[in-house]
Amino acid sequence: MLVLLGVLVVVAGFATRRHPLLVVGTAGIATGLLGGLSPGQVLAAFGNGFADSRAVTVFSVTLPVIGLLERYGLQEQARRVITRFAGLTTGRFLALYLLLRQLTAALGLAGVLGHAQTVRPLAAPMAEGAAERVHGPLPDRVRERIRSFAASADNVGYFFGEDIFLAVGSILLITGFANATYHTHLEPLRLALWAIPTAVCALLVHGWRLLRLDGHLNLDMNGHPGGSL
Amino acid sequence: MIRAEWFFWLAGGLFLVMAGQMLMDRSNPRRLGSAAFWSLLGLGFCYSTWVVQKRAPAEPLGLAVLVMICLGGFGRTGRGAVRTTTPAQRADYARRFGTRLFLPALAIPAVALVCAVGLKRVRLDGRPLLEKGSETILGLGLGAMVALALGMLLLRERRPAVPLHAGRSILESAGWALLLPQLLATLGAIFAKAGVGEQVRRITTAVLPSGSVFAAVVVYCVGMFLFTVVMGNGFAAFPVMTAAVGWPVLVRQAHGDAPAVLAVGMLAGFCGTLVTPMAANYNLVPAALLELEDRYGPIKAQLPTAFILLGANIGIMYLFAV
Repeated sequence: MLVLLGVLVVVAGFATRRHPLLVVGTAGIATGLLGGLSPGQVLAAFGNGFADSRAVTVFSVTLPVIGLLERYGLQEQARRVITRFAGLTTGRFLALYLLLRQLTAALGLAGVLGHAQTVRPLAAPMAEGAAERVHGPLPDRVRERIRSFAASADNVGYFFGEDIFLAVGSILLITGFANATYHTHLEPLRLALWAIPTAVCALLVHGWRLLRLDGHLNLDMNGHPGGSL
Repeated sequence: MIRAEWFFWLAGGLFLVMAGQMLMDRSNPRRLGSAAFWSLLGLGFCYSTWVVQKRAPAEPLGLAVLVMICLGGFGRTGRGAVRTTTPAQRADYARRFGTRLFLPALAIPAVALVCAVGLKRVRLDGRPLLEKGSETILGLGLGAMVALALGMLLLRERRPAVPLHAGRSILESAGWALLLPQLLATLGAIFAKAGVGEQVRRITTAVLPSGSVFAAVVVYCVGMFLFTVVMGNGFAAFPVMTAAVGWPVLVRQAHGDAPAVLAVGMLAGFCGTLVTPMAANYNLVPAALLELEDRYGPIKAQLPTAFILLGANIGIMYLFAV
């Protein structure tokens, strides 16, 4: 049971808003030592973990070109373009992005859209631009909210789209684990089909919440939920 | 063959060059700490190549990671003055270049698409052109290079220092948060090694009421959710919860449909990913990239959706799978 102390460190650390790096570092060292690893093995675990997980940081190679384009007005242009589509409110735009993210992920194109390559330079400024067209300059609080929802559209679309694709890691994990442990034979196709009901729910639930964002923005900016459109 | 390692080296090299710039940047009040942090990250990226091949010991890399944790955790990293264009200049450029600005930006997803669909099957001398299973990394890396070339050409920007500096600004503003996803992946591995899964399985079995199929569905889905919140992803939670509840109770005892039970169980875990700071690459890094004041902003936006979908998964599993 002692090893669960590490879990407690993580929960307490995040709950009390300690520095995430220190929380995770402490939890890792504590769990490793309590779990019977020697200090050398704990170091090795940190090293191996870092080496094996480099793929999650590799998006950094896109930052120079994103930075360059932003320097030359990419975000401003994204804001300008969205204003040409009068019917495209912040909520409708983000719901469309959610759908697009889900469809591409379901086709196995998970790397096509993402936070560094599409949300920061394109989707977030477009969502803001759509709100600015209606409400004028936005206070920081509203801007934060729109950006947070832009990030959420990407995550929800990705998580509940990718499992419809057969060759994705989680499907392979399920078949690999079940077939090896229980000597059964699960078809990836059956698993992928069973991801569809939840995917539809995700689109409806989060899409509905994104559409409601327009009402919240009206409330924030004008004090009443009726649209100015 | 184009290998994922090349792009790890590209990223590592980029961090090292940027660390060099940070060292020279006198406008950064913590330039030494920043330079140390990013150069360790860059060196770690390259050194890791030999670690994954088991040709170099992992301990020095682990030590470097701990030093990075201390540098970031005790506030030794900072950012320099941002030398960028003014909002008026940017609006000007936006008018001048117009829609053409989107071309390089869209080149990244376009190249990723080509890699995922087309190049994946291309073979050269009987060997695949792209390393198997790395299409996403390669797509991103190749896409970034094509986009950069296209962007420099289009904007008639000849100084390579400009994109480097602009990229470094984003890197500095995201700061130590960039290390977090890898660190959390490490923590997951340590949890697994130390036997956290076995303890969770024992607790789950203890709280599981016998006889009620609905209760078992709830325990399986909520267990996947909670364990995913703790571990940061559903992958670590899945074998543990499935061995404790999913297979023995729902599939064996209740004669549930195995693919439906397991697929929906995994998706219940994904709901947990939406609400946990442990899934830093989805929840905290975007907050840093979008320069949010509240680093939990995306989680707050996702929270209601996550709980509704958890309920939906429980419903789907109970109604259709068992």
